[in-house]
Amino acid sequence: MIDSIRRLGRFGCNALESFGRAGGFLFLSAFAVPSREGFGLWLRQMHFVGVLSLAIVLVSGLFIGMVLALQGYTILVDFGAEQALGQMVALSLLRELAPVVAALLFAGRAGSALTAEIGLMKATEQLSSMEMIGVDPLRRVVAPRLWAGFVALPLLTVGFSVVGIWGGYLVGVEWLGGFEGSYWGNMQSSVEFLDDVGNGMIKSMVFAVVVTWIAVFQGYDLIPTSEGISRATTRTVVYSSLAVLGLDFVLTAIMFGGLS
Amino acid sequence: MKRSKAMELGVGLFMLAGILGLVFLGLRVSGMTLTSGDTFRLEANFANIGSLKPRARVTMAGVTVGRVSAIELDTEWYDARVVMELDSDLEGELSRDTTAAILTAGLLGEQYVGLSMGGDPEMLVEGDTIRDTQSAVVLEELIQQFVSNMISD
Repeated sequence: MIDSIRRLGRFGCNALESFGRAGGFLFLSAFAVPSREGFGLWLRQMHFVGVLSLAIVLVSGLFIGMVLALQGYTILVDFGAEQALGQMVALSLLRELAPVVAALLFAGRAGSALTAEIGLMKATEQLSSMEMIGVDPLRRVVAPRLWAGFVALPLLTVGFSVVGIWGGYLVGVEWLGGFEGSYWGNMQSSVEFLDDVGNGMIKSMVFAVVVTWIAVFQGYDLIPTSEGISRATTRTVVYSSLAVLGLDFVLTAIMFGGLS
Repeated sequence: MKRSKAMELGVGLFMLAGILGLVFLGLRVSGMTLTSGDTFRLEANFANIGSLKPRARVTMAGVTVGRVSAIELDTEWYDARVVMELDSDLEGELSRDTTAAILTAGLLGEQYVGLSMGGDPEMLVEGDTIRDTQSAVVLEELIQQFVSNMISD
């Protein structure tokens, strides 16, 4: 009895401690004074996490937009409301699907790679060697990766929305024969830039911080063995996905749920 | 060095594409116009607004000329005060006896405000109230009228 309570207490203390470590880690590295070659390092990471993720994000966006239009059209046409297709596609993409799916893809494509890379640096003691020669690994290794993630994911989310809306147009208007004017017209009259696009952007910025933070911290904090790296990579994807989906509900409730 | 330049170009294009995408979302998807900005405010009191909502369109001859910015209960007359923001081009162009009606797009569509011109030489200016208004058609009231007419016949 006492033992199990103690085990619970130990779990709580460990969880709290790792939250504290992760918070301090985020603060120290995100607000580290950039070094002289900081911009070049950031650029290299932007290329890796942003430009190279573009293909998977855009292709997924296209298919999600297309399938939304296909499903939406067959349901809406029963009610004679197929003019509302553009509105449906645009609102569901901008408010929910683009930030969430882009963040999930980002966690799988870029987050896991960040964890594995930093983890291997730790396992091969590159990080401690850097400290030995007086280079701060938080500034040199972690900060550029964090900032690259913070900037790249919102941009990817925009791309996802744009391609998805175009995919919806392709299916709803070009293939199924909806009216082009009502696709764009209903969309424009119902989408509000600050409320819908703006809130979607805020969501994706929050997700960017959370996913990149989890990925980089898991890499930095892992047990430096091959098993540790594989576990940390798995944890990155699992934790990021759960955090994104959970936070999405909270943010949606605050932004659109009328809870106050 | 050469590879780094290609990388810079790639990242630059990526960020540019993101910004262009945001502009697309603004202009094409949410229908913002770059020239929007100056508006002037008019108020109108309606006995019943039906299901008119803030952000509904204000039209004149079918052309959208503004939006409903607020709806509140006027406790002096216990009717609804609808505040509208119209393009500033129309300031001083609408006569004092302009009428406002709440109309429905299609049979079950959204409700919007339709303005029609009067003939008064004096013009409405910022903050004025439109006197001559026509309430929303509430389907239940219509049916009630129809039924009571049938019974009395």
